[in-house]
Amino acid sequence: MKYKIYLYPKWIRGWHTFNALLFIILIVTGISMQYTGRKDYLLVVGFARAVKWHNIAAILLTFSYILFVTGNILTKNGRYYRIEKQNFLSDLWKQMKYYAVGIFKKEKHPFPVTEKRKFNPLQKFTYVLAMFVAMPLLIISGIGLLLPEITINKFFGVSGLILTDLLHITMGFFLSLFMIIHIYTCTLGSSPISLFKSMITGYHEADEDH
Amino acid sequence: MKLIKLISALLFLTCLSNGYSSADVIVSEKGITGGKDTTTYVSPFREKNERCFKCHGQNRYQYTNENLGREVKALMFQERIIDRNKFYQANHKSFSCTDCHSEDYTKFPHPGELRMEMSYNCLDCHGGDEKFAKFKFEKIESDYKKSVHFKLEDEGYTCWSCHNPHEYKISIRDSKNLKETILYDNNICLNCHSNYDHFQLLSDKEEVSILKQHDWLPNQATHFKSVRCIECHSVVNDSVLVSHQIMPKEKAVRKCNECHSKNSLLMSSLYKFESRAQRRDGFFNGIMLNQSYVIGANRNGYLNSLSIIIFSIILIVIGTHIFFRMRK
Repeated sequence: MKYKIYLYPKWIRGWHTFNALLFIILIVTGISMQYTGRKDYLLVVGFARAVKWHNIAAILLTFSYILFVTGNILTKNGRYYRIEKQNFLSDLWKQMKYYAVGIFKKEKHPFPVTEKRKFNPLQKFTYVLAMFVAMPLLIISGIGLLLPEITINKFFGVSGLILTDLLHITMGFFLSLFMIIHIYTCTLGSSPISLFKSMITGYHEADEDH
Repeated sequence: MKLIKLISALLFLTCLSNGYSSADVIVSEKGITGGKDTTTYVSPFREKNERCFKCHGQNRYQYTNENLGREVKALMFQERIIDRNKFYQANHKSFSCTDCHSEDYTKFPHPGELRMEMSYNCLDCHGGDEKFAKFKFEKIESDYKKSVHFKLEDEGYTCWSCHNPHEYKISIRDSKNLKETILYDNNICLNCHSNYDHFQLLSDKEEVSILKQHDWLPNQATHFKSVRCIECHSVVNDSVLVSHQIMPKEKAVRKCNECHSKNSLLMSSLYKFESRAQRRDGFFNGIMLNQSYVIGANRNGYLNSLSIIIFSIILIVIGTHIFFRMRK
């Protein structure tokens, strides 16, 4: 039997789509800048264009992130990100075991989606890491590179700009990986496209055991 | 392995013999902080030179004119004033004024025909001298002859137009502060290119605004503080430390990735001396830990490889997962 829950209000769907588009622009332009050479031929977009679009998309992403945080403070959506200490590790383990083994044996989902539980423990943990650890670091280090004059010149004898840059590209890399894994895990719904549909309609649709 | 060590040792020695060593290049000026009366260097000609500085070292001068039979007080022409402190910190600080200027200048008032005195250029002293061979003055001259500035020779352009003989000092070779060197070197260009009074002595062109001309350049102020004009406006020459072949403006570097890349142009220009020095000390990338920095040039090979490995592992895991899902 199938059931439907309205889990994704309009503002979240809007923010999510906008965020995804910006992420694609930022990844393409970011890679173009990181791997630029004296010759352009390997680049997806030229260096000068990449810098411009990276800056524009990054400023928009900063605003979109502020919108996301504000939205989660003002609405009840924020509660889905609260990690409970109780059984934290064992729940994570259960979920990982399900993805690694159980899913192929058609076992029941250990943490089915309900109105109170939008994310499974592993999902919640990675979302918190991505949205509340990696994203702020990415944005702050990005501002440091956009306005190099405000970056600390020396940090324990090492150039502040280099540390900022390394932090920025490391966070950018992890968030790019997150995006790939995120897209893949979205095919693990009741059907490979059901979770993508949810992001359009707002309704989470699942079999009872999902 | 031994062969690699041997080759590295040979390369190291070659680098030493060709490179500019800070010890043999510059006379140390410890104690000089700039400003008034801070020069610790004592010239053997100090007293002799002082006879010139007595008038040429200040705005107002006075002397007894024997023809008129009275004391004459007058203002010194601005371009005839030589700053003592700057002179005694400059490259030619050990010179006597009359090494370059006629002995007849010791007469007052100066004989009129001295106005036509020819001034030396760099090669007159530095050319063909083994002592200066490592600076490659001949190469500098041939580069200069290909430079846009050379066309202005008929208008009176000389080495001195940029390298003020009474003040000029080498800054990049013994630079402790790259930003100061950049400022010093850029001011040489701006002395004419942002001062129309000087500019029109050599050119009939209309006044141009440096800031407007560089409107297209992102982060203009940061660029002006972090690189020298010649980085983009001259042809890099590997055998001389500072390129003297200024290109026409159409040929200036405009592509960001000429500098913003691992193989940055700046490594063979602005950072050339520093990177050579760093290599000698065994810190190939030491330059990156300095004040010199250019976004894009700091790519770390290990991190790049690590990121590709992590990325591949993720793809393999996803691929395996898809494979087992398809089999169910």
